Amino acid sequence: MSSVTLNNIVKRFGNFTAVHQSSLEIPEGAFVTLLGPSGCGKTTNLRMIAGLLDPSEGEILIGGKRVNDVPIHKRNLGLVFQNYALFPHKTVAENVAFGLKYRDVPADQIPKRVQEALELVQLPNVGERYPKELSGGQQQRIALARAIVIEPDVLLLDEPLSALDANLREDMRVELKRIQERIGVTTVFVTHDQSEALAMSDQIVVMSEGRVEQVGAPEEVYNTPASEFVANFLGASNIMEAKCAGMGGEGVTIEAPIFGTMTIPSEKAPRVTGAGPAKIVIRAEKLQLSANPAPEGVVSVPATVETVDYQGQAVRYFVRAGDTQLQAINMIDGHPFAEGAEVHLHLRPIDCAALPG
Amino acid sequence: MSVEAREARQPWILLSPALTAVALLLFVPLLFIVVYSFWLRTATGADEVGFFLDNWQEALTDAFYRDILLNTLKIAAITTLVCALMGYPAAYFIARSKGNKAILLLLLMLPFWISYIIRTMSWINILGVSGALNTALLSVGVIDEPIQMLYNETTVILGLVHFLLPFMVLNVFVSLDGIDTNLEDAANSLGATRWQAFTNVTLPLSLPGLAAGGLLCFVLGAGTYITPLVLGGPTDAMFANLVFEAIITQLNWPLGSALSLMLLVVLGALVLIYNRYLGMAQLMKGLG
Repeated sequence: MSSVTLNNIVKRFGNFTAVHQSSLEIPEGAFVTLLGPSGCGKTTNLRMIAGLLDPSEGEILIGGKRVNDVPIHKRNLGLVFQNYALFPHKTVAENVAFGLKYRDVPADQIPKRVQEALELVQLPNVGERYPKELSGGQQQRIALARAIVIEPDVLLLDEPLSALDANLREDMRVELKRIQERIGVTTVFVTHDQSEALAMSDQIVVMSEGRVEQVGAPEEVYNTPASEFVANFLGASNIMEAKCAGMGGEGVTIEAPIFGTMTIPSEKAPRVTGAGPAKIVIRAEKLQLSANPAPEGVVSVPATVETVDYQGQAVRYFVRAGDTQLQAINMIDGHPFAEGAEVHLHLRPIDCAALPG
Repeated sequence: MSVEAREARQPWILLSPALTAVALLLFVPLLFIVVYSFWLRTATGADEVGFFLDNWQEALTDAFYRDILLNTLKIAAITTLVCALMGYPAAYFIARSKGNKAILLLLLMLPFWISYIIRTMSWINILGVSGALNTALLSVGVIDEPIQMLYNETTVILGLVHFLLPFMVLNVFVSLDGIDTNLEDAANSLGATRWQAFTNVTLPLSLPGLAAGGLLCFVLGAGTYITPLVLGGPTDAMFANLVFEAIITQLNWPLGSALSLMLLVVLGALVLIYNRYLGMAQLMKGLG
């Protein structure tokens, strides 16, 4: 188990810069997710940690030791791929035993270690089978067993759940987290799926166009996005041009369109430095539709429902307030509001966040 | 007619032109050859129709034919081995090259645009007494008089390798190209060096392609008569040359038929063994 440090890493492919100067500190035993859309550089970062790519600049440290010049087969990392990458000509047990052959594991210990790993991923009876005889979810468990049986210093997961069905994906998410907590290995997880990132991570690193946009705990990244990109990428947000009128003891005073002047807690606007242009970020699920005006302390604005996107336990509404279209995601029981309905939008100022303009 | 019956008939309707062609152009002539092999050529030069085993007896018992058959199989085996050793790295390089795979494959196919005979004869201009190599060596002063490099077993093998190498490269390429590159990365991450990852993962997974390429090279090599005719000496005849000699030169169709069927059976047995263990599907992949 080891920490991972990226120091001013740059990766260029010809004229294209995949990763701009980025630094990252992944503490020992942490589950850190690199999150972002495709092409944001998250996989490039992972492959550089793995040793599959060499950084153009900067250095990579694993357990405090510089590994830039250490070839991949000497880094002692567990690597899990999106497409499982099991060896099709070897049985499951041979796949899992593969890494042990290159380590100082006595030959008579190997079957025991393999069996322990298979039990850890809850597939103790498939050792004699070939990968193609297993389902996708089972294959990914075997890939995980193969990666952790070597007791890696760092476990690297490259979109390991993306090839699985939606239901299976959520089961595997819980399973993966359980195994990671049990063995306590430092884990770097790459995904474009925000719900995976939010559910599993100790820390999320949001990346965009080769740059790190924000690093923080899931709640922090979700509730206090550092940029418009983060606010949009994690969940649905309404972002509007606003003005900061001043900062005081109770918080930051924001003059927002539609909702008027609101005081937002300072911790929800850490990057706003003073009066001037600002942006207000309102999460879609914090905007409540109601047939009635709001009670005291809650901002209330009349609006018209334009589109209703019924999702079962929740509804996504697009509503129009004045000239502005806003989206709201509300939990419901019973009937949603109909299209064209006149409603009141309820918003608590403490649920808003603000960014510099 | 029920839907099922119609659907069951459809593949046969689509196959019928090809099956007709194969039947008329391959199986019927082959049948003629079988019939011919039991006729007998008389001293007058005419063929006597009947059921004689003389040709078969001669072909199967004469040590001359046996030795040439064994020599043919040896030359084909050496050629196949050389093609495998030369073709595998080339195929690996093409399969792993990122952007210019299409151009490299086109270059590989380029020799097929020139007749095989012309390609074979080009070696005369290179290795002949007044060929490029001798001229160069003479002008540099390494040798005083031209060396005879042509017309031996080595040049026959050289010509065959030249002819068959693309088949090997293509088959191995198809096999390698289908192997997920993540597998080597996974093997490396588990502690295998690049060489160990290759020998433990990539090589075993590409063996079907190597076997398909090997079979093609062997069968085509063992069946050729042009290369030994053009590049071989008087003692370098291969089995197909005997068939050529019997049928074209001596006009002894019955004996030539028996000899050609003998070669067909030997090479056919090889194909059957291959099919038993690896299946024809792999060969089709490489040809397609």
